[in-house]
Amino acid sequence: MSISSGSAWVNKSASGMARYNLFRRVNWGRLGVIAVPGLWLGIFFFIPFLVVFKISLSESAIAVPPYSAMFEWNLEDAYATFKLNFGNYLYLIEDDFYLDAYISSVKIAAVSTFFTLLVGFPIAYLIARSKPSLRVVLLSLVILPFWTSFLLRVYAWMGFLKKNGIVNEFLLSTGIIDQPLIMLQTDFAVYIGIVYTYLPFMILPLYTALEKMDLTLLEAAEDLGSRPYQSFFLITLPLAIPGVIAGCLLVFIPAVGEFVIPALLGGSDTLMIGRVLWDEFFLNRDWPMASAVAIVMLVVLVLPIMLIRNAQGKEEVHS
Amino acid sequence: MTSSQFSELHTPTMTQTANIPLWKREGAEPFLKIENVTKKFGDFTAVDNISLDIYKNELFCLLGGSGSGKSTLLRIMAGFESATSGRIIIDGMDMAGIQPWNRPVNMMFQSYALFPHLNVADNVAFGLRREGVARSEVNKRVEKMLDMVQLGALGKRKPNQLSGGQRQRVALARSLIKRPKLLLLDEPLGALDKKLREETQFELINIQEELGVTFVVVTHDQEEAMTLATRIGVMNNGVIVQTAEPHVVYEYPNSRFVAEFVGSVNLFEGIIVEDLPDSVRIRSTEAGAELHVNHGISCAPNQVVHMAIRPEKIKISRQKPEQNVNCLHGVIEDIAYMGSLSVFKVRLASGKDVRITQPNFVRDMGARFTWHDSVYLSWDMDSSVVLTS
Amino acid sequence: MKRRSIFLNTTAMLGFIFLYAPIISLIVYSFNKSKLVTVWGGWSLKWYTELFNNEQIMDAALVSFNIALISASLAVVLGTMAGFVLSRMGRFRGKMILSGWITAPLIMPEVITGLSLLLLFVAMENMFGWPAGRGTGTIIIAHTTFCMAYVAVIVQSRLASMDETLEEAAMDLGAKPSSLFFLITLPLIAPALISGWLLSFTLSLDDLVIASFVSGPGNSTLPMVIFSKVRLGVTPEVNALATIMIAIVAVGVLAAMYQMRRQTKLSSGQE
Repeated sequence: MSISSGSAWVNKSASGMARYNLFRRVNWGRLGVIAVPGLWLGIFFFIPFLVVFKISLSESAIAVPPYSAMFEWNLEDAYATFKLNFGNYLYLIEDDFYLDAYISSVKIAAVSTFFTLLVGFPIAYLIARSKPSLRVVLLSLVILPFWTSFLLRVYAWMGFLKKNGIVNEFLLSTGIIDQPLIMLQTDFAVYIGIVYTYLPFMILPLYTALEKMDLTLLEAAEDLGSRPYQSFFLITLPLAIPGVIAGCLLVFIPAVGEFVIPALLGGSDTLMIGRVLWDEFFLNRDWPMASAVAIVMLVVLVLPIMLIRNAQGKEEVHS
Repeated sequence: MTSSQFSELHTPTMTQTANIPLWKREGAEPFLKIENVTKKFGDFTAVDNISLDIYKNELFCLLGGSGSGKSTLLRIMAGFESATSGRIIIDGMDMAGIQPWNRPVNMMFQSYALFPHLNVADNVAFGLRREGVARSEVNKRVEKMLDMVQLGALGKRKPNQLSGGQRQRVALARSLIKRPKLLLLDEPLGALDKKLREETQFELINIQEELGVTFVVVTHDQEEAMTLATRIGVMNNGVIVQTAEPHVVYEYPNSRFVAEFVGSVNLFEGIIVEDLPDSVRIRSTEAGAELHVNHGISCAPNQVVHMAIRPEKIKISRQKPEQNVNCLHGVIEDIAYMGSLSVFKVRLASGKDVRITQPNFVRDMGARFTWHDSVYLSWDMDSSVVLTS
Repeated sequence: MKRRSIFLNTTAMLGFIFLYAPIISLIVYSFNKSKLVTVWGGWSLKWYTELFNNEQIMDAALVSFNIALISASLAVVLGTMAGFVLSRMGRFRGKMILSGWITAPLIMPEVITGLSLLLLFVAMENMFGWPAGRGTGTIIIAHTTFCMAYVAVIVQSRLASMDETLEEAAMDLGAKPSSLFFLITLPLIAPALISGWLLSFTLSLDDLVIASFVSGPGNSTLPMVIFSKVRLGVTPEVNALATIMIAIVAVGVLAAMYQMRRQTKLSSGQE
């Protein structure tokens, strides 16, 4: 159902779409429905990135707002100066601190994504293989925490992990340990926090992939001599791969830029780029530097974001 | 063949209502005119320059496989698609530029498309309410319509509380309530199981005759088309290959495509030896004999043609029959017992397989023949057709 | 077979404990008389009284509630339009870009969204004098922007699963586009709009990072107040607040589940 190229899009209703569509003939209504969200997102989502990019190329200044203008119009001499300042980016490269922060963010996000997968897979598998009536209940149980405050859920772990917290008290009372473990304000706590808060994002795509699998495939595999654990690795896992990829990306991408979890659960040496950006902005009030950090973070995330959009596109084609 | 029996059953009822059908009357004005309609999706031509006249009170079937363009043609009539070129004229009115909601046409959807959030009565009333018909009038007509489709007691039910057959009748009631000039039905019986389908077929015909609405039915099921239709248009690759009454389509297919699509058929390739006004002789190496057909065709001598003969028109016998023409010899390769009839596959000396069906009019009829029996096949010369395309 | 299911059940059970233990501990300790989290001092409602007497928290809660109410409603309107753009508009020039814009806020790290919106607001103020200063208005704009992405995706999937022939059938029966939308499309996507609104409301009520960037001085939202409190350690009043919020959510989710049951019944009946 392709449309011959070159025709203006107003004419496309005549040149033949696959299905009749209500908005296709009512052009004003159609235009409005496209234009309103389009303009909103253009102004409040897209242009902001251009502004960030612009400011990342300007110099920090003690002023309101605290950066220097890129263009300067000098009316008396009738010339304009155009100042591009790559200093922020140079500084990002020169100072190991930022590079370390990026590497450490990616590392923490990747490790936590892996553990989220480990925890999420059995749960998703169990839900997908349980009775349909039970599925709805279990799925709601997985999603329920997602509806409660993210901040408060991270906060709950503070009470769990601190030196005289619930976990330590429990372990001490059972005699497994005789010294309280230092868990809060470590990378370990950050891993726990990410796994905990992002678990539903992992389980849902996994569940979707596992649920639509035809169970007679497993019977066919067993009929052909495959043992259950072999069937799992030969049939179930390969078929769940799209779900695994989607789930991992959905956890990994926001985890890289995470701020609340490292701020509340991490130690002062837990370097994460979201936190660096926050501090650059709120503590140092260096807006151009914060912008440069944001731009580089975006660049780091472009590949996984492209991957996930690609996967979504494929999904659409299949359905 | 059950389909041919049905069509014979059906034809007399039509001749009672109108002695000469409209489409055979000289100068009769068609109710629906399709003029040179073409629909292209990009490079793909779904409907290719179709012209078709459908007359008042007809139950016209568009029969074709998937991708033949029949549904697209139906959607053009309903107004969901606009034709790339050509015109649709309903009752003298050109439909160009008329929106679906303003057309004197209603459609019964293949999926039924019942509104899941409205109950049966509200579904049926939907069209009348859009016209602004007074409430009391709406109630009266909905009640009457539901009674007609035998759903009077189920008005308060939601569509998901109905069986497949009941949903089908709600969909029918909903599409009929506005008394459309033309009712389009997209695979109306497709979602029903076989038994229900047979019952519903006759119900549909009764309703159509009672209301006098012109029906255009799209279907891929040849039996359905045979049973329902006053005329059938067989479609292939966006073109109507043949338009005729059901028994004509079956007995006198105009092409190999129609012969093979409607029912099953044996085809013998051959060369015209003699072409007289009322008979044709064909030499066929495939058949291993000379074939005679008692109607003439006009074509070049030595042209390659096909002779088509339906499996149920072939007689099978152990002894050589008395006739000399249209008599072949072969060996039984396979027998399938199907209850009401038996199917034989007979291999000729040329290696060509011929399919024969015989009604089991005596018990254990099939047991008279067995595998590898040497048999003779014969048929009357007016049973077969010569196909040039 | 048996052994595998035992293994699975155990891991899944541990998973659910992992999910719920922290939440349950919050609830339990909100009724603890003692200020020390690990010492059980007996049942008490004193932290609830303190919570309700804490003006800072109550004011912030009111601010957040208002912001969430307005943002969720705006997000539903804009998000529904965006959902239609994604699933019912066919192709048009720039659709790829627009659908990218619609879904990107879902996965964009909050720090980036927050920073970029703030810089936009500052730049706009310099150029046009609007928005004059930052506060509730800028937070509402920011929240609407990222919540509408969620609404759009929910509405889109609902529209995609909705049989398009329903709309055609309505048109065939004489419904003009405007009445078609209100008679057929809207009632059928209503569950999606409700869940979209609720999700937007929750997300807005919960957002710390973006609000911190785009709020002005003296415009603290509830998460901002909570964050500044808990950064210093565990606070029993916050436990009480958390319990109240969890109770509200639990009631809401139960209602939503009931709604979903009805909805699946409706849509499954259509097959």
